[in-house]
Amino acid sequence: MSLETEINFTLNGRPVTVRVPVAMKTLTMLREVLGLTGTKYACGEGECGACTVKVDGRTLNSCLMHAVDCDGRELVTIEGLKSPAGMNPTQKAFVDHGAVQCGFCMPGMIIQADYLTDDDPQLTREQAQRGLEGNLCRCTGYTKVLDAVEAAVEAKRCGR
Amino acid sequence: MDQKVTAPTIEKKTLIGQRVKKPDAPDKAIGKTRYINDMVLPQMLIGKVLFAGRPHARIVSIDTAAAERLPGVHAVLTGKDAAGLRFGFVRDNAALKDKVRCEHDEIAAVAAESEEIARQAIGLIEVVYEDLPGVFTPEDGAREDAPQIHDNFPGNKSLYFEFSHGEVAAAEADSDFVVDNVFRPHHVTHCCMGTSCAIADFDHNGKLTIWTQTQYPYNYKMDLAPALGLQPGDIRVIQPPVGGAFGSKLDVYPYEPIAALLAKRTGRPVKVIYSREEEFKASPTRQPAIIHMRTGCTRDGTLTFRTADVLLDNGAYTSWGPTIPVIMMRTVSGHYRVPVVDFKAQAIYTNNPYAGSFRGYGNVQTTWATAQQMDMLADMVDMEPLAFHLKNSQVSGEITPQKSFLRECVLVECLETAAGASDYSRKRKEYAAARAEPGRYKKGIGLASSIHNAGGAKIHKSDGIGTILKVDDYARVTVITGASEIGQGIDAVITLIVAEELGVPLEHVLIVNNDSDIAPWDVGVHASRTTFIAGNGTRRAARKAKAQILAAAEKMLGEPADTLELRGGSVVRDACGTPLIKLDRLLRQMHFQAEPELVMVTDYYEPKSEPEGAKHVSDHSAAYSHAVHVAEITVDTLTGEITVDKITMAQDVGRVINRMGLEAQIEGGLAIGLGYALSENMLLDRGLLKNPCFRDYKLLTAPEMPPLDLHFIESDCAEGPYGAKGISELPTIVIAPAIANALYNATGVRVFDPPMSPEKVARAIDAQRQAAGG
Ligand code: FES
Ligand code: FES
Repeated sequence: MSLETEINFTLNGRPVTVRVPVAMKTLTMLREVLGLTGTKYACGEGECGACTVKVDGRTLNSCLMHAVDCDGRELVTIEGLKSPAGMNPTQKAFVDHGAVQCGFCMPGMIIQADYLTDDDPQLTREQAQRGLEGNLCRCTGYTKVLDAVEAAVEAKRCGR
Repeated sequence: MDQKVTAPTIEKKTLIGQRVKKPDAPDKAIGKTRYINDMVLPQMLIGKVLFAGRPHARIVSIDTAAAERLPGVHAVLTGKDAAGLRFGFVRDNAALKDKVRCEHDEIAAVAAESEEIARQAIGLIEVVYEDLPGVFTPEDGAREDAPQIHDNFPGNKSLYFEFSHGEVAAAEADSDFVVDNVFRPHHVTHCCMGTSCAIADFDHNGKLTIWTQTQYPYNYKMDLAPALGLQPGDIRVIQPPVGGAFGSKLDVYPYEPIAALLAKRTGRPVKVIYSREEEFKASPTRQPAIIHMRTGCTRDGTLTFRTADVLLDNGAYTSWGPTIPVIMMRTVSGHYRVPVVDFKAQAIYTNNPYAGSFRGYGNVQTTWATAQQMDMLADMVDMEPLAFHLKNSQVSGEITPQKSFLRECVLVECLETAAGASDYSRKRKEYAAARAEPGRYKKGIGLASSIHNAGGAKIHKSDGIGTILKVDDYARVTVITGASEIGQGIDAVITLIVAEELGVPLEHVLIVNNDSDIAPWDVGVHASRTTFIAGNGTRRAARKAKAQILAAAEKMLGEPADTLELRGGSVVRDACGTPLIKLDRLLRQMHFQAEPELVMVTDYYEPKSEPEGAKHVSDHSAAYSHAVHVAEITVDTLTGEITVDKITMAQDVGRVINRMGLEAQIEGGLAIGLGYALSENMLLDRGLLKNPCFRDYKLLTAPEMPPLDLHFIESDCAEGPYGAKGISELPTIVIAPAIANALYNATGVRVFDPPMSPEKVARAIDAQRQAAGG
C-alpha cells in the first residue's frame, strides 16, 4: 500500500533497524511500531508538547517529525531517561515535588525539563517557565512542575 | 519476648498534614504507566465515528455499501442499529442518531483492522441530509416559533429548577441599593490531555467488559445499560489510568456505547479513541448560561435579597450540564447571609454542543455573578469591600435558607487572611486613586469568595462508599475501594490514612480501585467528595482492622488492647512506645493459631447528609467550605491584555491531610479557573466549532501562571476524616470574579461575559472613554 523504507538509528542508547511507511510520524513509529507508549499523543499538531523526545540532544515534537528523518540520529524517549541505578534527577525531582498528577503530559514535560536543565546548569525559574511554554498541562498549574525543575537544577549541580 | 523489650522505643509520629508522594507518580515519570490510550488487546479492532458536521438536519438516506466492502472493515453501524436504545438523563440521547441535532452527532460507526482503514471506510459512507433551521441561543430556542429539536420536548424546554425563600418585593422595598446585571458565562471544555477513549469486549455469555475513563464506575453501569439493551449487572467496568477527567467523565457519552455496539457486532474487542479535533468537538462543555441577577442591601451594607433568573443553553442533549442549578441555587442563597432569595433556572435545547459536569459545577458560573455584585454593592454603599464582606459573612452554626448547615464556618478568617496577606485594602485604595492618572499600564487588585459543598452532595439516593481492607501475613495492606483515582491523588490520601492508622510504611499499602467486579460501591469522583468520603471509609475500615489486631495482641501478650498501639510495623505500648511484637509476626500467629483468624474487614460509610429533595431544602452535604481569592493584575489599557501578577488565596480545608496533594489540587484548580477567566472560549458559529485546536483554544501555559500565596485555614470539620473537608472545586470557582473585580479596580470597567480577553477589555475601556467624552 504505502511506500516503506528502512531506517537505522539509536534509540535510548541501542541501535534500531526498522521499516516504516514514509508518511509515518516519529510518534506513531515509537508508539505503534516499537511499542514505546511512554511518549504521548495529545494533539498531533505540535501544540502541546506531550510527544516531546530528544533528537541528537535537542528536544522536538515527535508528532511533527517524519519517522524516516530519524535515520542516522540519536533518539531519547522518556523510557530512556532512567538508568539501571534508577530515575534520573529530573524524573526524581518531579516525583518528589508532587509535579505529577494524571501524568499524561509528563513524559513530554520531563523530557523538556531534562533538556533545559542539562542545557543550562544555572537555569532560573523564569527561564524554565519560558522553556516549558510549549508543554501544556491541564492538571498542575505548572507550579509544582517549576518547583521540580528548580530541584532538578540543584540535584544536577550537586551531581556534577 | 525479651529482646523485643530492649528494642528501641518507637515514637508516635503522625502523617496527617505531611507531604506524601503519589504512589502512581514514579511509573508515570518513567513512561511506564499504561494509560487506556496506550492499551492494545489481541484481535482488537479500531472503531471510528462519522460525525454529522452540521447542526440540525434530517437524515434522508445513508449508504454504507462501499464502506462495508472495503477490505479490513468488520462492521458498519448506523442509527437503525441503535434504534430504541435511548440513554441519558432524560433518555434523549442515542449512541447513533436518527436525526442531527448538533455538529458532533454520531451518524455512523465502523470497526476495522486499523485506524487507517477505519478512516477510509468513514470517508466512503454517503449520507444525504436535509438541513433544518437551527437554534443557537436559549433565547431563540424559547421563542414560540422556534424549530423543535426533540419531538417530545415541546418549546425546546429541558430541565427547570426553582427555589424561593421570603418576600422579594418587601425585601426590595426595604433596600437602599439594588444591583441588576446580566452575566453570560460561556462555552469552555475540559481539554483532558488524554483524549476520550473506550475499549469494549463481550464474553460468550453476553457480558460486557468496558475499559473506560469513567470517574463514576457504578452508576456508569446503570447509565450505559439502556444504550445497549443490557442489564447493568452484565457490565464490568475497568478503569485504566486516565489523562485527566475534571468532570468530563461523569456521564456516558456516545463513543462508549458505540465501542460496545461494534464489539457486539464483530465479536472482537473494539477501541474508539478520539483525535484532538474530535475531542474538542465531541466532548461535553461547561454549561453556558445567561444569569439575570439582582442583589439588594441597606445603607449600612446589610444584604436584603438576591434573585437569579437563569436561562441555560442546554445544547442538543441533556447530560449533567442543565442540572447545575442544584448547585447554583446554593450559592445564590448561601454566598454570604442572604435573608430573601428567589431562583429560577430553565434549560432550553439548542443545536449547540451539550454540557456535562466540569469542576466547579455551576458554581463557576454563579460566583462569577455573585462575587462581582458583592464588589459593586460595596461601591454603591461606599464601603470598603472587605468590611462589606465581613458584615455579611456567616459564622459557625448558621443555616442558609436552603438549610445548608454551616457547622464549622471560617469565612471571616479566610477573608481576613487573604486580605491581610495581600495588603488588599491599602492597594485597592491606591490603585483606584491612580485610575485617572495618565499611563498605559494600570494596576488593580480584586477580592472574591465563594461557598461550596465540601462533604459530598447527596444528589443520588446514596453518597456513600464501600471499603474492603485486608492485612496479609506479611503486614501488607490491601484496600479495595470504590474511590476512583483519576490523577487527583486519592491513592496518596488512602495510603496515608492506612499508614497512619495501622503504623505500616506507606509502601506497604496497595490499592485496588479500578474494577467494578471487585471494588464495592461509590458514587464517583465529583462534588469535592473523595477525600472526605473515601477518607472516612478508609479510616473506618482501618480502625476495624486495628481493633481486631489489638484484640488478638491482648490475648497473646496479656496486655490490655487499649494500652497498645500500632507503630512502625510493630505493636507497641502506647504510653512509652516499647515494641512488643512485630506486626507481621503477630498476623501470622493469628492466622496459624488453633482458632485461626484473618484480618479482612468491610465498611460502608454513608455521610450524614440529607437527600437534595425536590424542594431543595435540605442539608445536602456533610460539610461546606469557603475560599477567598485576591488577584493582583496589570492591565494594558491599550491592548486590553490582563497580566495576573499574583494570587493570594485562603481556603477552609478543614484539616490538611496530604499537604503536597492539597497544594497540587489547589494550584491545578486555579489554572483551570485562570484559563476560564482570561482566554478559553469555544468559538461557535451557528453551532459549528471554529477553534478545535490548542492553537486557537488557549489553555494557560507555564509563563502565564502567576506566583501563588496559599493559606490553608483549618476549621476542623467534625464529620470529616481527621477534620478534613473536600477542597478541589473552590480554586476553579473563585478566581475569575477576583480578576474581574481587579479589572474594575484598575480601570473602572467590568466585563460580564467571560473570558476577559484583550479585545473585550480594550473595547470596554474604549467605550468608557467615549462615554466620558474622551
Ligand atoms: S502531540 Fe505532538 S505536540 Fe501535541
Ligand atoms: S499532569 Fe495531567 S496533564 Fe499534566
